Amino acid sequence: MTLTLRNIAKTFAGGTRALLPTDLEINKGEIVSLLGPSGCGKSTLLRIIAGLETADPGAAIHFDGEDVTAQPVESRKVGMVFQSYALFPNMSVRGNIAYGLKMQKLPKSEIKARLDEVITLCQLEKYVSQPIASLSGGQRQRVALARAFAPRPRLLLLDEPLSALDAALRTQLRDELAQLLRNFGITAIFVTHDQNEAMAIADRVAVMSHGKVAQIGTPEALYRNPDTAFVARFVGDAQPLVGQIEGNMLYLEGGTLPLPRAAEGHQAFVRAEDIRLEPQGPLCARVEAVTFLGAHYRIALTGAAKETLFALYGGLNAPNPGDTVRLAIAPQSILTLPADKEAA
Amino acid sequence: MLKSPTKLLQLIVTLAACAFLFVPTLQSVLAGVTANYFRGVSSGLTLKWVGQVWELYAGSIFLSIQIALACLAATLIIGVPAAYALARNPGRISRVLEEFISLPLAVPGLALALALLQLYGTNHGFRTHWSFVLVGHVLYTLPFMVRSVMSVLAAIDLKTLEEGAASLGASPQRRFFDIVVPNALPGILAGALTVVTLSIGEFNLTWMLHTPHLKTLPVGLADSYASMRLEVASAYTLVFFVMIVPLLLAMQWASARAQRITQ
Repeated sequence: MTLTLRNIAKTFAGGTRALLPTDLEINKGEIVSLLGPSGCGKSTLLRIIAGLETADPGAAIHFDGEDVTAQPVESRKVGMVFQSYALFPNMSVRGNIAYGLKMQKLPKSEIKARLDEVITLCQLEKYVSQPIASLSGGQRQRVALARAFAPRPRLLLLDEPLSALDAALRTQLRDELAQLLRNFGITAIFVTHDQNEAMAIADRVAVMSHGKVAQIGTPEALYRNPDTAFVARFVGDAQPLVGQIEGNMLYLEGGTLPLPRAAEGHQAFVRAEDIRLEPQGPLCARVEAVTFLGAHYRIALTGAAKETLFALYGGLNAPNPGDTVRLAIAPQSILTLPADKEAA
Repeated sequence: MLKSPTKLLQLIVTLAACAFLFVPTLQSVLAGVTANYFRGVSSGLTLKWVGQVWELYAGSIFLSIQIALACLAATLIIGVPAAYALARNPGRISRVLEEFISLPLAVPGLALALALLQLYGTNHGFRTHWSFVLVGHVLYTLPFMVRSVMSVLAAIDLKTLEEGAASLGASPQRRFFDIVVPNALPGILAGALTVVTLSIGEFNLTWMLHTPHLKTLPVGLADSYASMRLEVASAYTLVFFVMIVPLLLAMQWASARAQRITQ
């Protein structure tokens, strides 16, 4: 299903503008993530698409060309996975998954066939008769997904579907969820504040900030070519290189770096993985702290730029705190972006 | 358990308190099955007095059951949707409304009865109909139903559960009956038993509202104390216990169950 959003805004009763006028286009079968810090309006946007909130007057929501703006949630045929899963405690796993099918008043045989299909797809065979209270977090998440998917919704909406799980489980279930969504072949939107989650699951990511979509694009595009400083910081933790830009040179406390292009009036950013420790490097820095992360060391460096920089070091012998080291950053890995108007 | 003197003292005090409550009760019950109270148990045990109570007051027993069940129906029909509406829209207005519903708890039953009499006393048909007593009982028991249901509803994330059902295509009515009512059931059960127990046992307000043809169980009890011989009055106490104690036990069990859910 193709989803078209026009002029979607939301002002809460107190006058808080949760969402500024937003346009968005989502293609058939596409998985899009709404990514942003809490309070950026991503959940509000999702709830408006679901029909759980009404947008300010002037909004238009089209599902495959059909105007659904005035339809209540129960008529929109969307599947919703809630952060808390919202499974019905008074029903078994099967009862939960069958509920949407019963609401569609399908014949019994059809309900059974669809139930079996989705239960197999979500690997819930062992749990069908269990009460919800007896399930683990991961199992609940699968039941919530199966329940939302069983009635064959036009659109699947997921609100922070992984945030109720503990960290160890989250990564594993993230990949499972990505796989299931691909198997479903359904158009899906999911909200998250975790950039890794967004990048692992989504075809396209819409980064949101202060009630606006700051940038939308493939995970690679957002990572490599962020439009704004906010996107650069939020996707891939770009660090600011605070100094003086003159022409295509960046003058920092610890030395001078060439930029890929003249960028006066811009801000320079670099990612931790792009800072290399090199004996002949142009920047001089002092090692403050070294953290061993398994695959690499994370080194905190001062004196190179105004703020502490973090570098990833993959070698065997990490420097020690207190050492003076030299750094190199390739010009093409420095991002030059328009200065942020709003502090993000 | 009896190791320390403090523990022993506690036990003695507890047993003494129990005895203080139980001995008169037992004595009264015993008097109800004694052939002649003044001659004591040695005069023999009999069910004659219980039989007499039945003959004289069967109408009161049935009236009480009838009013209690009607009161239950009314509090279910009014109280459950009211509790749902209050739980679903928390805010200052809801709090004020909740306090307002609870007002009959703070106002003495006599005052409530007086207000009803002032308002409807001149309407003879209603004044002498059993539904007049029922209105008093509903006013008095409704807060118990509302609060019991509300406390269970407050413990579950009702809004999200309903949103979940709505996203699956359930209409507001379906959501109420498929999701709200089943999940509120422990609170409804606890509330229902409280309402029935209170309605059967209510004296204060009922005494003001009753007519000679509208005597409920406790009003009949007062009547028997005032006008019958002691053995009959005691037998009445026995009948009253037989009816109210199982209800009380069931109410305790249901309340404990509902409480477990709210924790």
